Amino acid sequence: MPDFEPVIGLEIHVELKTGSKMFCGCSADYFGHDPNTHCCPVCLGLPGALPVPNRKAVEWCVMLGMALGCTIPEFSKFDRKNYFYPDLPKGYQISQYDQPFCVNGKLKIKEQGTNNKEQREKIIRIRRVHMEEDTGKLLHATVEGKKVSLIDFNRSGVPLVEIVTEPDIRTSEEARIFLKKLHHVVRYLGISDADMEKGSMRLEPNISVKLKTDGNLPPYKVEVKNINSFNFAKKAIDFEINRHIELLSDGIVPKQETRGWEEKKGVTYSQRSKEEAQDYRYFPEPDIPPVRWTKSQISNLKSQICELPDQKIARFMGDYSLSEYDAVVLTDEKETAEYFENVMKQVTKNKGQITAKTIANWIINRKADISKVSSEELIKQISQKSQKATMSDDELGQIVKKVLGANPKAVADYKAGRKNALMFLVGQVMKETKGKVNIEKAGLLLRDLI
Amino acid sequence: MPKGKNILTTDIVKHVATLAKLDLSAGELKSFQDQLSSILHLVEQVSKVETTNVEPTSQVTGMENVMREDEAGVSLPQDEVLRNAPRKHKGYFVVDAIFED
Repeated sequence: MPDFEPVIGLEIHVELKTGSKMFCGCSADYFGHDPNTHCCPVCLGLPGALPVPNRKAVEWCVMLGMALGCTIPEFSKFDRKNYFYPDLPKGYQISQYDQPFCVNGKLKIKEQGTNNKEQREKIIRIRRVHMEEDTGKLLHATVEGKKVSLIDFNRSGVPLVEIVTEPDIRTSEEARIFLKKLHHVVRYLGISDADMEKGSMRLEPNISVKLKTDGNLPPYKVEVKNINSFNFAKKAIDFEINRHIELLSDGIVPKQETRGWEEKKGVTYSQRSKEEAQDYRYFPEPDIPPVRWTKSQISNLKSQICELPDQKIARFMGDYSLSEYDAVVLTDEKETAEYFENVMKQVTKNKGQITAKTIANWIINRKADISKVSSEELIKQISQKSQKATMSDDELGQIVKKVLGANPKAVADYKAGRKNALMFLVGQVMKETKGKVNIEKAGLLLRDLI
Repeated sequence: MPKGKNILTTDIVKHVATLAKLDLSAGELKSFQDQLSSILHLVEQVSKVETTNVEPTSQVTGMENVMREDEAGVSLPQDEVLRNAPRKHKGYFVVDAIFED
């Protein structure tokens, strides 16, 4: 069989959590509200209504672009993307075509090797990040015996950022890692809930397959929609790759089309309604004057970008001598990272003896409830525990003897060479001491006494 | 019937009709082919203007950076939103079923 290589690009839509919609003053907080209660002439596409861009949405779009290493062109504009669909009341979506807010970015991903030791780094190029508006929401129902579609325009006009990658991705796992990382950056910036269940982050992989020896991009691509989790994206991509390889092996070039993902069956299916050639007839939005940035506006926006996950991980490893694993876990949620640093600040201020590693362990392994336990309280808990942990050797010796006496079978097993038996005994000691002793110390003492 | 190269083919007129969700009869097709071609022909004259040193623009007002602050105001009441809807159901607009699969 010839050597095939997948070519994958991603399009990601992120709904911004601004207070108001993209081009009008209706509330953008539409989720879970009664249908058609967050609407006005602008987002209903009524004649004569005039859209005015939301400054915060535009700035957030630019900041996301900056966080993804994009260039911000000095000049940008909005365009109309024309198509008919019942969720699009104007008959066009205000989007950006040839002069988006952000271009030519990149995001570095790290892939864990199969033996879990080697790490592979890869740059995924970002083609563009642009601003547009969301559509209304369609529900399918039967009313009075007739199949109909119901439309709710509350979502119509909610600010939407689209991120488009270059087709640099080669495996479904790379795609999953990229998406997780992008999600992380978006969450850090605080510009979106990026909640996939609610649809505030939507994933659309573009997949094709070519011969590994072929330097050109394949002559087709398949876009998969309706994906609302990283793992589904991975599964949908794998499904498509296999489908394309089968077709290509039979000498058939897969049809360029849009497909949907059906999680229950684990398959993609052709979406017939979107099959006809798309011709959006983009043209400049005449109702919205273009945007021109000054250098100071750009540098001002840049200065508002918080420390991003990669920088934070590097700083935690450098400043606190934490392992990469600890740094990655602590920075997963911005709040956890802030909590950790608060605790560290207080320890340093009071010249405490608690190490960063200990605090990290408490937060990571003991899963300290950071929403309930204040940083002061955590320090107190750690100090108390560490005092108790210096349980006298005599005391520990007593407990170890007691455990050995109570578990003759485990002792015999260990003597017979079953190493697991020791772990069981260590567990018993930890239980007896309520975790107040060092695990290694308990293990050593047990071995000595057996 | 206009002269010149910009005569739209029947296929293009059919395509434009499809995009506009219009069904055209053979007579209409011919009629629109002539009319649309005439319009193109007329607009084509603009290309005679010397534009070597003119920057492209899509705006004539000269305005830039017109934006609003992110402040949510009051929306229309639901019954107002739906007032002109030919069909409605429990607060929704209703259209014939759109099949996605």
